[in-house]
Order: sequence, then C-alpha cells, then structure tokens
Amino acid sequence: MSLIYPKDSLSVYPKHLSPEYRSTVKRSPSQPLIVVPHTLSELTGPVYGHNAIQEHDNDLTKQHKGEPLGERIIVHGHVLDEDKRPVPDTLVEIWQANACGRYVHIVDQHPAPLDPNFTGAGRTVTDKKGYYKFITVKPGAYPWGNHHNAWRPNHIHFSVFGHSFLSRLVTQMYFPGDYLFPFDPIFNSVTDEKARHRMVSSFDLENTIPDWALCFRFDIVLRGREATPLDEEKH
Amino acid sequence: MSEIITPSQTVGPFFAYGLAPRGRAHWDPNGTYSWKETIGDNLVTPDASGDKIQIEGRITDGDGQPINDAMIEIWQADAQGRYANSRDDRALPNTQFKGFGRSATDKNGIYGFRTIKPGAVPGPNGKSQAPHIVVCIFSRGMLRQIYTRLYFSDEKANDLDPILNLVPAARRGTLIAHRELRGGSAVYRFDIRVQGKDETVFFDI
Repeated sequence: MSLIYPKDSLSVYPKHLSPEYRSTVKRSPSQPLIVVPHTLSELTGPVYGHNAIQEHDNDLTKQHKGEPLGERIIVHGHVLDEDKRPVPDTLVEIWQANACGRYVHIVDQHPAPLDPNFTGAGRTVTDKKGYYKFITVKPGAYPWGNHHNAWRPNHIHFSVFGHSFLSRLVTQMYFPGDYLFPFDPIFNSVTDEKARHRMVSSFDLENTIPDWALCFRFDIVLRGREATPLDEEKH
Repeated sequence: MSEIITPSQTVGPFFAYGLAPRGRAHWDPNGTYSWKETIGDNLVTPDASGDKIQIEGRITDGDGQPINDAMIEIWQADAQGRYANSRDDRALPNTQFKGFGRSATDKNGIYGFRTIKPGAVPGPNGKSQAPHIVVCIFSRGMLRQIYTRLYFSDEKANDLDPILNLVPAARRGTLIAHRELRGGSAVYRFDIRVQGKDETVFFDI
C-alpha cells in the first residue's frame, strides 16, 4: 500500500503554542518549522505484530491478584486511515488514572487513593479489520495545576502507530457528555468542533454486556490516504 | 472526501509507566507496580551488523530548563540503510533489527539509546540521504509531537544531504550529533533545545 500524507489533514490539530494550556508557552518551538518532503525515512515506520503483546495486556482488570475498584467498562473501536480503510496489525497502547482519578506515578500527588489492583496500562494490536478492544475501569477526573480549580475531564491516553512514522498519534479519549469539557484547555486546544468530537467516545448500548460492563466505542482516524490522480500530477 | 483525523493531545506527565516502564523515568510510587516493556531504548539485536553506538542528550525548554517528562522516539534504517518496513522494498528479512526505540527522560532531562549507526538511505529525486535518524518528541506541554532529525558529525555526506540543505546554514548545526569516545565506544551527543537560543530545527512534515 502506498499512502500519501496531505498536510491539510493536520489543520485540526492543536497549535503548538496554546497559551490557555500554560505548559505550552515554554515548550513550543518559536521558529517556524522547516517544510521538507516526505522521504523513505518518514514514509516508513515501526511494525509491531501480535508477538509484541501477551494475554491480558488488553484487560486492565486482570493484571493483579484482585479486581480493581470502579466502574468496569469495555472500550473498543477501529483504527482507520483517512479513506476509512482499516489499519490492521498496529500497536495500540493506553494508560489512564484509576477510578479515583489517581495515576500510578510518583509525580501524581493528588490525595486520592491508589488501587493495589490497578496499574492502568494496557496494550493490544488491531486485527485484520483494524479492530481493537480493552477492558478497564472508568478513570476518574482529577485536579491539575494549570489554573485555579482546574480539573481534567475523564480520559484515557492512547498511543497508536499506523502505517508510517507520519501516522504516529498520541491522543486522549474522552467520555460523552462530560461536564468538564467547557473548562479544559487541553480538550479545547482543538478548536474545530467536529474534530473535538473525534476525541469523544460514544456510549455503545449494543455491545454493553448485561449485568457486567458498560461499553464505549472509540474509532481512531490516522493520517494517510490513497493518492488521487490529481495528487499524482502534483508529484 | 477524506475523514477528519483524530487530533493529537499531549502525552501528559504520567506516560512513563505505560509507554516506557523500564526506562530512565522514575514512576513507581511504592515499588509494587510493574508493567512489561514493549519498546525500549536499546535497539541493538544480537544479529544486527554495523557499528554499535550510543546516543545521548538533554532536552531543554525555552528557559533552558531540563524537560524531565519528555519521551523521545527514534526511527532509523539499519547499517545497510534499509528500513524494517514493507514500504522499503529493499528490506531483507535477514535481521531482527527493528530500528525503533523509545526513551523517557530522567530527572535531569537526559535521554539515551543504544543502537546501530544507520547507513545512507535513498532520498528525493534519486539522491542519497546522509545517514540520519528521525526523532519524534512528546512531552507534557506539547499538544502534538515535534519531529526533528539527527545527523552524525563524522559524515562527509552531510554536505550533500537534500534535507539538511533545505535548512538555513546557520541552524544546520542543531541537527548534528557530536561524536565522543567514552571507554572506547562511540557516543553521539544530541541536545534538543525546544525553544529559544540555538533552538533545534523542527520539521513540518
């Protein structure tokens, strides 16, 4: 497969400098980025197959002796390219706070309890149809120091590879109808409403398992599409 | 009509236990949690041919302060200049060398890799590219990744590299990793200045 990666597609991305999110002020390049062509070095990327993962890597409720506390949920969906074609056999990694909004990280000093039965990290590889699935608990909201009374909406961090180093994506999955959306500068760093909606999972009643777990669907669209004849002329 | 792509969001400060659990970042609050590593900072495989090298550097912010919660990812060809990816149709399945690595920074903003020095790879218009590594940086305070490239100070081919030649000459030096010898082995020093004086060149790709 020979994909192209139009830069126009990146227009929905946040700006490097988004001052409402304070940490961007000193961590964004001040010089213009240099435009260079996509070479073999960018058009290729790492390949991680099914041997990169082990049983239960995608079930965050089965990594310790007991079950974690919190609302058990299923998060599933497809990884797609810009033409809506599946991206098969690609590594998807997640990490998240526990149900109380606490991360297993020494820097996180939010006075909410850690859960000895929950680390909060998972990984899987998409199948031939680009499908992935995780079982976890719903992460809690938590405070952060960006501004007075700042709280992050509930979210799960996602890291996805795709077909090349240009399709590499780190993002966050949010939950539908979160009341913290209007106040979160990270979520709102994506200024286009439709694009923001891409980061919000949908409640999936059909795949909710009775008497066991709620289900959320989160499809991920990566950079990359087939060249049209017009694109070929430009090259 | 293309689909809207999923926008990028910051990796945040807490990624290490999920993405780089065996790396330099100290994350485990009480020494009881664990997570297996899939991608680490040692790219060298037993069957990989070529010169074994280390890459090391510090990443700093606009105030010159170390960024102690960054994640650096590298993507490179093998010593013969081949990428382990099906798009590179010269790739031969004669090595396990994957060419991809990930390093979280330590408390001083230092990252590092053990790898094989890559060979020259094909470039645009039939020209060859000097040996280089594509570098992708994620961090708290970065809402999207930034890409740069690492070139090697001991490569004459740098002068003819088609990508380096698109960079203003005065800034090209920020993309050169400097070779040092440490205990008889080659260490290439590559500091990354995200903003301000001697800001590293980043690419719009």
